Amino acid sequence: MTTHDLIGHFPVDQDHLRRLHNRLERDAQASDLLDIAYRTVDSGLGPLLVAATPQGLLRVAFASEGHDLVLQNLSERISPRMLEAPTRLDPIARQLDEYFTGHRHSFDVELDWSLSHGFRRTVLGHLATDIAYGDTASYATLARLSGSPRAVRAVGTACATNPIPIVVPCHRVIRSDGTVGSYRGGPTAKRALLDLERDR
Amino acid sequence: MKVDQHVKLPFEAVVARHGATVLRVVRAVVGHADADDAWSDTFLAALKAYPQLPADANTEAWLVTIAHRKAIDITRAASRRAVPVADTPDSPARERADAHDLDLDAAVGALPPKQRQAVAYHYLAGLPYSEIAALLDSSVAAARRAAADGIATLRRTYPRIDNPRNHHDHA
Repeated sequence: MTTHDLIGHFPVDQDHLRRLHNRLERDAQASDLLDIAYRTVDSGLGPLLVAATPQGLLRVAFASEGHDLVLQNLSERISPRMLEAPTRLDPIARQLDEYFTGHRHSFDVELDWSLSHGFRRTVLGHLATDIAYGDTASYATLARLSGSPRAVRAVGTACATNPIPIVVPCHRVIRSDGTVGSYRGGPTAKRALLDLERDR
Repeated sequence: MKVDQHVKLPFEAVVARHGATVLRVVRAVVGHADADDAWSDTFLAALKAYPQLPADANTEAWLVTIAHRKAIDITRAASRRAVPVADTPDSPARERADAHDLDLDAAVGALPPKQRQAVAYHYLAGLPYSEIAALLDSSVAAARRAAADGIATLRRTYPRIDNPRNHHDHA
């Protein structure tokens, strides 16, 4: 009698495990134990990972960042109580769909800023409110808006480390010479978002 | 994902890795009817306690420990409700559409609790007898004997146990 023999007599059906997982999502949410819920959303820029706490949207990640690495990082920085639980992300998934089809120009979801602190948080806050759909601003302009006109380099860092790209529109910040500059999802993704918004 | 036993994984990965094993264990220990409740209670309690689990702990053994306690709670509640045990098989080799074997359920369910637990924890979860002894509050020798007696009984009451099945998943 080996371990494997008896295991073979207890088959487990993947649909059954999925149903149990759904129940765990509901129970965890009801018991206030679901610190981070996440799912992936298909988009014009490939699959996006979206993660939210009960406070709001915490993270949007491009496939190029490595979704498993992003999840591991959230687990260590925020909480390991994480489940793939789509329900909490339904509103942002719907709004991202609308955004990528050109039908939505601003996002209406609560944001959780836990991953941004200090000046970076200030910069991203201005970014979220001051630069409209279809517009662009230079890093220098955003530095001025953020109250530190000489902190252009720090503004660049804040944009490059934006934990909630697309929704917090760091893609609208470009170089003074008009080139797009760096982007968490890569310069091609940044260009694609700017083109999408120009076609409004 | 990088497999490093000293990095604490997101809880989702714990469910993905150990969900099937825990389901087998609770199915053997509390029976098919209560297995879903036992699984759910186990993973909800595990989610709650997970932040305190040391990163180098044996996650599966920890889950089996929780499942063991939850199964005891469920068995106690069930005996208070005085629900009769699963129906006895009337023909050999009955199987339901979901491929769980009613004869096996009945045979495992008929084992004394300690034998059932020792068999499940050793043969389904791969726990060493030292850890099973701690769970059952017995000596290592007694845990080993309980598993051996349980398997010996199953060979009598469920002879197909020595025929490998080939349509189980490998989750």
